[in-house]
Amino acid sequence: MEQASILWEETVQPGASWSHVLKRGTALRITDIHGGANVGALFYNFECPVERYNMPDTLKAQHIARLTEGFVLYSDMGRVLCSVVADTVGWHDPIGGCSNAALLTAQYGENRYQESRNECHRNGRDSFLVELGKWGLGPRDLGPNMNFFSCVTVSEEGHMEFREGNSAPGSYIELRAEMNVLTVLNTCPHPLDRNPRYDPKPVLLSIRRAAPAGSDDPCRLSRPENGRGFTLTERYFL
Amino acid sequence: MSGIKIVESRLDAADAVYSCVIPAGEPWLHEVRQGQYFRIVDLKGNQAVDTLFYNAHDYADRYSAQDTIREQRNIYLTTGTKLMSSGGTVLLTIVADTCGRHDTLGGACANESNMVRYAIEKRHMHACRSSFLKGIIDWDHGMSKRDITSNINFFMNVPVTPDGRLTFEDGISNPGKYVEMRAEIDVLVAISNCPQLNNPCNAYDPTSVQALIWDGPES
Repeated sequence: MEQASILWEETVQPGASWSHVLKRGTALRITDIHGGANVGALFYNFECPVERYNMPDTLKAQHIARLTEGFVLYSDMGRVLCSVVADTVGWHDPIGGCSNAALLTAQYGENRYQESRNECHRNGRDSFLVELGKWGLGPRDLGPNMNFFSCVTVSEEGHMEFREGNSAPGSYIELRAEMNVLTVLNTCPHPLDRNPRYDPKPVLLSIRRAAPAGSDDPCRLSRPENGRGFTLTERYFL
Repeated sequence: MSGIKIVESRLDAADAVYSCVIPAGEPWLHEVRQGQYFRIVDLKGNQAVDTLFYNAHDYADRYSAQDTIREQRNIYLTTGTKLMSSGGTVLLTIVADTCGRHDTLGGACANESNMVRYAIEKRHMHACRSSFLKGIIDWDHGMSKRDITSNINFFMNVPVTPDGRLTFEDGISNPGKYVEMRAEIDVLVAISNCPQLNNPCNAYDPTSVQALIWDGPES
């Protein structure tokens, strides 16, 4: 990313949350500083949050069970919330979901703020709910989430396997906002990560201005479905 | 296809306390009490039965596709699957299944997703999420589109390949195949009997299904 075009950069600490209205015409790069990060993510149309990221619509429009460059994140209203305009990882997980308090306690035992201060264990579900709460959203707004930098493969029998070492240090993914997108992130561990230690990783966020998707945009052309998705998104702003 | 497990029920349709035929393209909402058994019969074969479940006493605690597949570490639903809520509650357990595999990643069709998937001119065609909206409006308990989350597609076969592609395969269901669940708490069931005419998964012919409920020993 060209340094000159960056509006600002910010680090999300391990196990922490972040939210922002990513404006149409900007792009968010997420960099896995040390490798092995997981970034749980939810997306909403800021102007009407009942329109939100839809996992099945994203998967079936593009016949995918992984996200990478050239693919897009769909809302439930047939519009493109974000496009993946750059990716050095190759596989980001849309199906594994998020951790919750019971899962973390079973895996690592209790670890509270009282004893551990800001090293306390935080889980994906509660982190999403707290961050959503700041925008007036709640449990009814919590749907299937994305997990950037993580990979879950599926065998022929349907078995789900978390792939260790999916993301190397310095890996990044860049999302171009196609709408004004309320973006809710956390760096809690992936729920299928069997790391014997609670060991979330920080990520660097870089936000820059981005030109709108042209007629030859790779995300628009990657599938005929995406061409229609971009048309419907552009009509929303007419 | 390997790993398909067929488990029959011992319950007799003649003993059911409730039975209803749901025509294609219709919503159906009904409560199933803790301990009751709930069966869906694919009367004509390969019909997609889009289904959502809610804790009957707290609709914010509802079926979660991601929690369900993560808990069993398998994306396919069949006998033994615990249908999990977003709050970590076991809503129902699948106790019999003569189809052997059900999808929960493919979601429900909508006017808007049909426009993306097939053609912008398909906006007018009847779709599941419109049925769900009509169903929850008529149910009249304060639910809204926020409550229509990722569903189960009973009798649908939507495999994920090891290289991360989502595919839509021919159905493995047939006339008379069924799936049966035991309610572990009081649940609200919302079904959209899918009206999709653009997808070969149902041979372009949406058909009726049957819902049955039995009292269990503890219900």
